[in-house]
Amino acid sequence: MSLLDVKNLQVAYGGIQAVKGIDFHIDQGELVTLIGANGAGKTTTLKTLVGMVKKASGSIQFDGKDAASIHSHDFVRHGLAMVPEGRGIFPKLTVEENLLMGAYARNDTAQIQDELVRIYDLFPRLKERCRQLAGTLSGGEQQMVAMGRAMLSKPKLLLLDEPSMGLAPIIVQKIFEIIQMVAAEGVTMLLVEQNARLALEVSQRGYVMESGKITLGGDARALLDDERVRNAYLGE
Amino acid sequence: MDIFLQQILNGLVVGSIYALIALGYTMVYGIMGLINFAHGEVVMFGAMVTITVISALVGAGVSLPGPLLVIIGLLIAIPACMLIGFTIERIAYRPLRGAPRLAPLITAIGLSISLQQVAILIWGRNYIPFPPILNHDVITFLGASITKLQIVIIALCLLIMVGLLTMVEKTKLGRAMRATSQNPAVAGLMGVNVNSIISATFVIGSGLGAVAGVMVATNYDQAHYYMGYMIGMKAFTAAVLGGIGNLGGAVCGGILLGIIESLGAGYIGDLTGGFLGSNYQDVFAFVVLILVLIFRPSGLLGEKLADRA
Repeated sequence: MSLLDVKNLQVAYGGIQAVKGIDFHIDQGELVTLIGANGAGKTTTLKTLVGMVKKASGSIQFDGKDAASIHSHDFVRHGLAMVPEGRGIFPKLTVEENLLMGAYARNDTAQIQDELVRIYDLFPRLKERCRQLAGTLSGGEQQMVAMGRAMLSKPKLLLLDEPSMGLAPIIVQKIFEIIQMVAAEGVTMLLVEQNARLALEVSQRGYVMESGKITLGGDARALLDDERVRNAYLGE
Repeated sequence: MDIFLQQILNGLVVGSIYALIALGYTMVYGIMGLINFAHGEVVMFGAMVTITVISALVGAGVSLPGPLLVIIGLLIAIPACMLIGFTIERIAYRPLRGAPRLAPLITAIGLSISLQQVAILIWGRNYIPFPPILNHDVITFLGASITKLQIVIIALCLLIMVGLLTMVEKTKLGRAMRATSQNPAVAGLMGVNVNSIISATFVIGSGLGAVAGVMVATNYDQAHYYMGYMIGMKAFTAAVLGGIGNLGGAVCGGILLGIIESLGAGYIGDLTGGFLGSNYQDVFAFVVLILVLIFRPSGLLGEKLADRA
């Protein structure tokens, strides 16, 4: 059984039908990407998965449970974490306080401390700046904070919304290295990206979303070679 | 010179009470962007409930030391005010979340009037005297006088404020409160129940308000259904002066406003050749409010609004 199973999901957002009946699934250990143009409904899909937006119809099964029965602030306790679009860090909390917010729903203090040390090993930059206010960090560093924070919630599934948005190309490369590093740690991920090439290169599978519908799906390598994807999203 | 020191001491007493009340305004504003104008009435209820409890005990012939009676009164007034604060948020503000800003503001003013009317129904329109159980002995200090009670008020205010700031800075609840004030949607993603945090904020602020109400009642030896209005306005001014939403700012703003006000009251007679007397002291608080709003709307410790990118 899949970790996440979405069937015929429809979402209306301020009178507009943003998601028009989509099906997709994510298996344990996979890195799956959802690509598509601006306004295709990718972010709305993610927000619906974590209960920030209510679905109009369809079903979302997460880890064998019906997601509709989960309170929006309880998703993290069921193992679903999200790095929101624009990173969503707390600008006036220190880097360390931001990271600890990721562990808010946990009570195993000793283990949290161990994992905090591991996050610092993974992102030495954050260790140097652990007492600094997160709002004073660069965009790339803030993205590291957001990812480290999400990892501290020990998610079964990590949702990443546009991690490359607004970052310089060299930082984007770095962020994708980090995504692969996190994937290597065994974290299952759903990556939403406009940077289709990079996203497909790091993922095992991909879905293409166009005006609220999933129009293509399959092996990421195959999508990279697909004529339609190459024309529409890879600029070839 | 001794008048100067005397006014500074008086200012510290009222200022620390303003600061305690200002914390209630600023905490709620920090989390919800809402000015809870009913907070002054919570302060008034704190004073009223304490006086009622002490009077009942004294009337029943209980003979305990005065300070102990006040503590018993406080132990009843604090939870009572916390309950009022909790209820206010649940029934009046929560349904208006996401409503245009004017709606909760008008609701707050309506609540303030309603709570005053409830107080009239319970306690009437007259001043309620504080039972004569406390010692008002005066200590003279470099030519200025202060009562032991006032020293206790200042010390207790500082202690509570340090405790609150430590809680907000160091504990998990405090961290969740700060996170919620900066980005409620993401705090929710982290597993923070935003509704509980908002309730906790109202409960804590109302508890502080109850303590402040009792201090006002002991310091002036009386309470009145309308007392919360003026002191609430001044505490709100203190919060704006310090930078609304900023806890340290509320503390500084409160103490500063108390001192400005009492220095103003002490010297206005001399400055105007006796034309205006110390009964004009309330004017100073609002002159300060107007000046702050004109020249530094973000307050002494507040950041510029454009900071939220």
